[in-house]
Amino acid sequence: MGTVIIDGQKIEIDDDQPLNGIEAAKLAGIDIPHFCWHPGLSVVASCRMCLVETGRTDPKTGEVSMLPKLVPACQTPATDGTVFLTNSDKVKAARAMVEEDLLVRHPIDCPVCDKAGECHLQDYHFLHGQPERRADIKPFHSRRRDVGRSITLFVDRCVMCTRCVRFCREVTQTSELMVVNRGAHEEIDVFPGFPLDNRMSGNVVDLCPVGALGDKDFLYSQRVWFMTRHAHVCSGCSTGCSVFVEENQDRIYRIKPRENPNVNRWWMCDEGRYGWKHVHDRRRLVQPRYRDNQQWVGIEWAEATNRLNAVLRSANNPAVVLSPHMTVEQAYLLATHVRQLHPQAALVLGYIPLRSEDTAFPNGLTIRGEKCPNRRGVQEVANGLGGEITSWDAFLERRLAKEQYDVVWIAGGYKKDWNGALTVEKFSGVDTLIVQELFASPLTDRADWQLPAAASFERSGSFVSESSRLQSFVRALRPPQGVMAEEQFYWQLAGREGLYNGSQLIGEIARAIPYFEAAVDGVPELGVDLRVNQLA
Amino acid sequence: MKSGDHDIKWLDDPKLGIAERLYVPLILSGLTTTFRHLVNSLRGRYVTVSYPEEEPQIDNPLIYRGVHRLNRDERGRVKCVACFMCATACPAHCIDIVASESPWPDRDKYPQSFVIDELRCIFCGMCEEACPVDAIELTSLYNLTGRSREEMVFDKEKLLSVFDRTKDQEPMQSTQPGEAV
Repeated sequence: MGTVIIDGQKIEIDDDQPLNGIEAAKLAGIDIPHFCWHPGLSVVASCRMCLVETGRTDPKTGEVSMLPKLVPACQTPATDGTVFLTNSDKVKAARAMVEEDLLVRHPIDCPVCDKAGECHLQDYHFLHGQPERRADIKPFHSRRRDVGRSITLFVDRCVMCTRCVRFCREVTQTSELMVVNRGAHEEIDVFPGFPLDNRMSGNVVDLCPVGALGDKDFLYSQRVWFMTRHAHVCSGCSTGCSVFVEENQDRIYRIKPRENPNVNRWWMCDEGRYGWKHVHDRRRLVQPRYRDNQQWVGIEWAEATNRLNAVLRSANNPAVVLSPHMTVEQAYLLATHVRQLHPQAALVLGYIPLRSEDTAFPNGLTIRGEKCPNRRGVQEVANGLGGEITSWDAFLERRLAKEQYDVVWIAGGYKKDWNGALTVEKFSGVDTLIVQELFASPLTDRADWQLPAAASFERSGSFVSESSRLQSFVRALRPPQGVMAEEQFYWQLAGREGLYNGSQLIGEIARAIPYFEAAVDGVPELGVDLRVNQLA
Repeated sequence: MKSGDHDIKWLDDPKLGIAERLYVPLILSGLTTTFRHLVNSLRGRYVTVSYPEEEPQIDNPLIYRGVHRLNRDERGRVKCVACFMCATACPAHCIDIVASESPWPDRDKYPQSFVIDELRCIFCGMCEEACPVDAIELTSLYNLTGRSREEMVFDKEKLLSVFDRTKDQEPMQSTQPGEAV
């Protein structure tokens, strides 16, 4: 243990946890302004915004001796006896000077800039900058050039913090971005013919403290202060990155990574970042309907609940296919309901979309080849309920022909086509096929009941990642008109009262299935590791 | 916003003197104004006008808050940079903008569509106040009528045509972007 004094406040720190001045000040609730420092990248101490006064306490006499010069807090370790002064006149003058220097040639086109409202330079100007502009030039335009498939660079807005350059060197290790020229002519650029094109390139936009790097997908589509942030979990692969979904009036505008040291740290991949377009696709199914003499008949959800319950009750040998896109709660509600009616009902783990190998980034995250968020959770729910669990392939190839299922319920929710005529053929012997899907597919055409599914951002529930971390989330936006989210539908189907109650249900699951035991007291913001109890 | 900012003037509530606290003197001074207007109108100096037979006189069109216009720059293009400041400031939420990348090399962003619902507007002038490039201005046109609600929803073309109609009587307050910042 050691003691660090920051602006007179004494902070206890661990010796085995190396902190710098910025991190130690954060523990004291003091925000030291900074541009170039980022916890996930190496320290360069080049922006000079975090300059503070520092000194040491003499361990014998307790006397404090200060250094005459200012030091960058990001590069100064906070060890036992270190003293920081972050609000003296000297520090304030230095900050105002750095801020003024950065703004001399920074175009004041904040109204046009997408970063306005979440820009560090803007915030720090109001907090630490000079009240009046002394320079006689007033630049308003920035040169712009594309640096990659999805990223564009507003050259003159850059403050040369080089976070993006370090990210490409240290995290993705592709080194596309670099600094060209020197001194006041420094610019970020790519080598001709080698654009910024890697699987995590979108992160440089989040890293940029100003509006220099822009996301072409988001560019000019919405002002940041109109959007509401919702904590959610990415459904792109089985890593389950913590994300923020930013929406306005039920329309997603962008996805941003949410810091989670156990899962994705500060990053997320481009596939997840831009993988929300299907949510607003006009071709989505939005009407529950059933087939009556080869004619589709639309039906209300309340009536569908009653009639589907009747179908399930009168079934002789039903099978339920649980999709790896379902949440733990949805799988539990549907599986327990069917098992209650038919204790021997078959549970099938649905089709698992697999693409490519896992890709691990140093100091970063792993992009999994398994392109579904909750294979593990659904499997463990099915395992926990006992009885036989079949894989999708075994179900298609052998069981369907052998077991003579009369009612098959397929809960889908896949973003892309995943079945074809060959799959459909296998279901020829099934009397009643109930399919829940986002988009029409050969299987929904064959179905006797078509139920529209909700996209993952429209669902509440929990996903279990590949590393057994359970993360809960509440829906970020409402499903389109006509769609009822599965958790609410299954809740009604199971005859439960009122509205879906996620926190109560996850407690119930934790008590019923030992694998989920760690979630019994609720799920913290950053999730809970389900292996904790198994190891003990 | 810093507390030590020289541009911010902090005011306290005015202290009440003995006359204010006695109540009656203030009532009397208020009634004096009322009676002055009464006497003036008896002498034939009316404040009201018989609209529509008689048109009101607008003293200073630059501060009058009538129909909006969207200004054009020196090349005849819409001056607006689609920054959404007016839509953000608007207390009635009557401005709807769709921004897009501009087709001109010297500009970054422009409004693909710019719509004001004149029926929802409360003519407070906050949009004009908020605009960083003086692109939206309130003119002195006050007789705003229409036969349907749709007609009263002004799109970009209509707002630009208001500018073409009023630009000679009411010149723009600035010509260069950034000038009014």
